[in-house]
Amino acid sequence: MREVAVVGVGCTRFGELWNRSLRDLVVEAGIEALEDCGVGGEEIDALFVGNMSSGQFTKQEHIGCLIADYAGLASFHIPSVRVEGACASGGLAMHQAFLAVASGYYDVVVAAGVEKMTDVSTEDATDALAAASDREWEGFAGATFPGLYAMIARLHMHRYGTTREQLALVSVKNHANAVHNPKAQYRRNVSVEDVLNSPIVADPLRVLDCSPITDGAAAVVLAPLDIASEYTDTPIRVKASACATSTISLHDREDITTLDATKEAAKRAYSMAHISPADVDIAEVHDCFTIAEICAIEDLGFCAKGEGGKMTEDGETEIGGKIPVNTSGGLKACGHPVGATGIKQIVEVVQQLRGEAGKRQVDGAELALTHNVGGSGGTAVVHILSR
Amino acid sequence: MSVPMFWREIPSRYNLSGSRCTMCGAYHYPARNICPKCRRSGKIEPYNFGGTGEVVTYTVVNTPAKRFEKYTPYILAIIKLDEGPKITAQLVCEPEDVKIGMRVRAVFRKMGESGERGIIYYGTKFVPA
Repeated sequence: MREVAVVGVGCTRFGELWNRSLRDLVVEAGIEALEDCGVGGEEIDALFVGNMSSGQFTKQEHIGCLIADYAGLASFHIPSVRVEGACASGGLAMHQAFLAVASGYYDVVVAAGVEKMTDVSTEDATDALAAASDREWEGFAGATFPGLYAMIARLHMHRYGTTREQLALVSVKNHANAVHNPKAQYRRNVSVEDVLNSPIVADPLRVLDCSPITDGAAAVVLAPLDIASEYTDTPIRVKASACATSTISLHDREDITTLDATKEAAKRAYSMAHISPADVDIAEVHDCFTIAEICAIEDLGFCAKGEGGKMTEDGETEIGGKIPVNTSGGLKACGHPVGATGIKQIVEVVQQLRGEAGKRQVDGAELALTHNVGGSGGTAVVHILSR
Repeated sequence: MSVPMFWREIPSRYNLSGSRCTMCGAYHYPARNICPKCRRSGKIEPYNFGGTGEVVTYTVVNTPAKRFEKYTPYILAIIKLDEGPKITAQLVCEPEDVKIGMRVRAVFRKMGESGERGIIYYGTKFVPA
């Protein structure tokens, strides 16, 4: 296997972008990534696009082809493949792009992610997202994603004494980080009281515990590390790319509060990168709900199981803390265009490792981890990147 | 959910019909063709669950899934059946009466309908035992 580097990154603004189509978004992110590293369309060997459900959100499938076409690449006939793993689609696209370069089969590969979610009503978007759970054996009973994560939260609070305020602090922190991210959907602070007074979605989770419905796209350009300096002065090494699956239904897990797929993907990634969790300087984790970030920092090994709430309360995951988590604002405040999220996480940590993250820059960040989850934990993808 | 999707799983939905592997003794709900423990060396046979168990965790859903609007708020729970498998199902009781670890039993209930002229969905909910 060859060593792989990220040489270029691009990301659209995240939000309710009613005047932009799926193809507008992903092409904008792609062009920004190409311009970031001076790569021309004729140099691209392959394109992998993470997307959960263009069929349900926009009634459009076959978007690998569509995106290559609208990126002006039809005449090059490049391979362009859509990758799907629910909300982990972006992370999986990154994994496929990594394998493609690492194997030596392709040199310059674009990994993109896109989701256009606001062309349908909130009700229809929620229903489309429910397709990431087991439609027949969770959905039939009335399960929603907030409902599933609420059941994780309830048991976590019951078993470990995690408090409602600790959950709220995840949201407060991620909103504070998003204030300094020009691409974020919600660039405003919220207080613990705001979270605790927001409407209940699925008890104990409230509106401000939940990631929003978002339009957006992100893209990165990968190249072999040994020629990366031809494209950029600041190549970022991909030290590990690992993914894992578990049961699709939450109820089939041995422990409802542990995402086995996260633990396994992380174990594989740490082994591949020859590091331990304590070596990680910054992390972008999958905070689709506040409880999800608490489970993530536990299952990734940043703290012991059950201590995620306390670690959050102690400020260890804030910028300036022991391991800043979700400097972008996370899914909660930066927004969660599901297929784009896994790639946006890569974009954020690349900017951090380059020292280009502006007011949210973590000083001296050298080793970063990204963590992207599909469904209630059926799929998890972990990447480790370094300067 | 379309008619064939619903119809072919009626025994599981109405009567908690699942499966059991006679090699390792594990129970599955819904029925599986491959035992997750023994895989191809397993021997699967049908099994009807007794319908009693306990609440592992629960939530009260205020923002419903599509087709559940008129039942909102509803209690969604993960139930551990006495034979071992866990199942996602609704609880029929007052939210303040639910406790983690509470004993429950299965009941046959309406689960909704597919529009004015579509099929009526029935299935299994749970009540305090």
